[in-house]
Amino acid sequence: MTTPSMASQAVETSLPSALAPGDRPTRPSALSASLTFAWRALRKMRYVPEQLFDAVFQPIVFTLLFTYLFGGALAGSTGEYLQFVLPGILVYTVVFMTMYTGVNLNTDISRGVADRFRSLPVWRPAVIVGALIGDTVRYTLASTIVLALGLVLGYRPEGDVVGVLISLALVLAFSFSLSWIWTTLGLLMQTPNAVLWTSTLLMLPLAFASNIFVDPATMPSWLETAVGYNPITHLVSAVRDLMAGDMPGQSIAWLLGASAALVAVFAPLTMYLYEHRR
Amino acid sequence: MTRRSTVTTERDPDTDTGSPAIEARGLVRRFGDTVAVNGVDLEVAPGEIYGILGPNGAGKTTTIRMLATLLRPDAGEGRVFGHDIVQNADAVRGRVSLTGQFASVDEDLSGRDNLVLIARLLGYARGDARRRADVLLGDFGLADAASRQVKGYSGGMRRRLDIAASMVVTPDLLFLDEPTTGLDPRSRNQVWDIVRALADAGTTVLLTTQYLDEADQLADRIAVIDRGRVIAEGTPGQLKSSVGAGALHLRLRDPGQREDAERLLAGVLGVPMQTGSDPAALSARVSDPDLAARAFAELAGAGIPVSDFAYGQPSLDEVFLALTGHPAEETTDTDDEEQVA
Repeated sequence: MTTPSMASQAVETSLPSALAPGDRPTRPSALSASLTFAWRALRKMRYVPEQLFDAVFQPIVFTLLFTYLFGGALAGSTGEYLQFVLPGILVYTVVFMTMYTGVNLNTDISRGVADRFRSLPVWRPAVIVGALIGDTVRYTLASTIVLALGLVLGYRPEGDVVGVLISLALVLAFSFSLSWIWTTLGLLMQTPNAVLWTSTLLMLPLAFASNIFVDPATMPSWLETAVGYNPITHLVSAVRDLMAGDMPGQSIAWLLGASAALVAVFAPLTMYLYEHRR
Repeated sequence: MTRRSTVTTERDPDTDTGSPAIEARGLVRRFGDTVAVNGVDLEVAPGEIYGILGPNGAGKTTTIRMLATLLRPDAGEGRVFGHDIVQNADAVRGRVSLTGQFASVDEDLSGRDNLVLIARLLGYARGDARRRADVLLGDFGLADAASRQVKGYSGGMRRRLDIAASMVVTPDLLFLDEPTTGLDPRSRNQVWDIVRALADAGTTVLLTTQYLDEADQLADRIAVIDRGRVIAEGTPGQLKSSVGAGALHLRLRDPGQREDAERLLAGVLGVPMQTGSDPAALSARVSDPDLAARAFAELAGAGIPVSDFAYGQPSLDEVFLALTGHPAEETTDTDDEEQVA
């Protein structure tokens, strides 16, 4: 290898060391490439605080808003409603945050940086898997905030730490799987805004036609039936049960099955679109 | 120049030495009803700077994206250092870097983060990645801006970062899609210097441009592309001479004498004179330099003073006009390609 000082005389531009790469490093493993993309997602939180703000601010507002503004009317007392709604708000918060995955992927494509990633010899799904891993950190952060706030306001999970941890894991697993729908959308839509609006339009009915905020038994029977098919309802029920100290094995199995199905359908679809569409 | 040998010995004596850097046959790519690339053939030798010259929407970006494995061709085949761009895309990706038309860097991150990211993805360990990033930032004059978000970079800085990202591992083949579009002259010259330095170090460069001047300045060989087809190929010199004659341009001190001069020169040169909007200017295609010199002498003899006299090869602008029948930089075609791709 030539020393930089020698080369700088030969090459007019100041590119001496840039052109002395040495040996090409060995290609990173799939896991290592994914973790690098996760690092990127977390790094972004430093520079783009809006998404962090979303992660922190929205759950706080929602918890306070629903507990104190609607709680009395919906459940008789704010304390009782908090006990009911907190697991729901936890799910609501995280599930809505998943939409950013699609928005971010679309932004990468419209800005051109996706082209660079795609021209690198790395495991192809790493860019998306990595982003999802990074998101998981944000989801965990948001969940912790919701729970901490709930505890401060008087929410008491009767299940012990294990129940809380299992419910968090369940929420993260489901959100990870749900995200693949948004990545698919992110590759189909033309602009980041279109992705955001489409995902919101899909998400709103799923979130509100569920048992997040109210007991479905108070709904008209046709709606109650529909709500029963909503996977969000199953997730919220499972989280409520777990935090109350029960072990809803059937719901957990159902949810894991649904999560696996989501990944099985939308992950290959995402990767196909990622390879072929643009 | 001394580095060429150093780097080539360092380079992996891969299985595919002897293959052309790029070999493309009949590449076709459609977007809906638009045929963006309509049967492009290319052959680029290792170490060459190869220019693809054409107006907006001619198919330059689509061609480069197919060769860089970002788009699959609808027909035809391409090889990069002997590796098929569809069947063996991963091997191709191991040899090339791409600097896209719109800066392919993450605007939300800092310059250093961008380079660390690419270095990590190419397999550098954490500390090595940071060191490599700092070396590149220094060499590309970005050390002071290293920790700033790329969003706040100027066009030239962004472009330099973009090229630096392509050089984290010095590629065997670098794709540069319109590397100087939108840059001020100083930044453009910096990019040109970088491209030359890279080529001196042995990297093959495929660049697209809509600037004839740029292709003329940088490229060893040029493919002129129009409406998805290569319509001419060769060295800048060959392209110019393929149009035929050299060009004689002159300006008279007194515009009033232009008619006299026109008559006299038509007789001496045996070709019709062309007159443009400048009332004192005359030009003609003249293949023989001696004849051009005689024309100059005859004008002096006839008492027609000349303020400007130039004889040379035609410019690439004239070449493009002659090849396509329309000027390079004025195109009415809508730019479907860039939008869809």
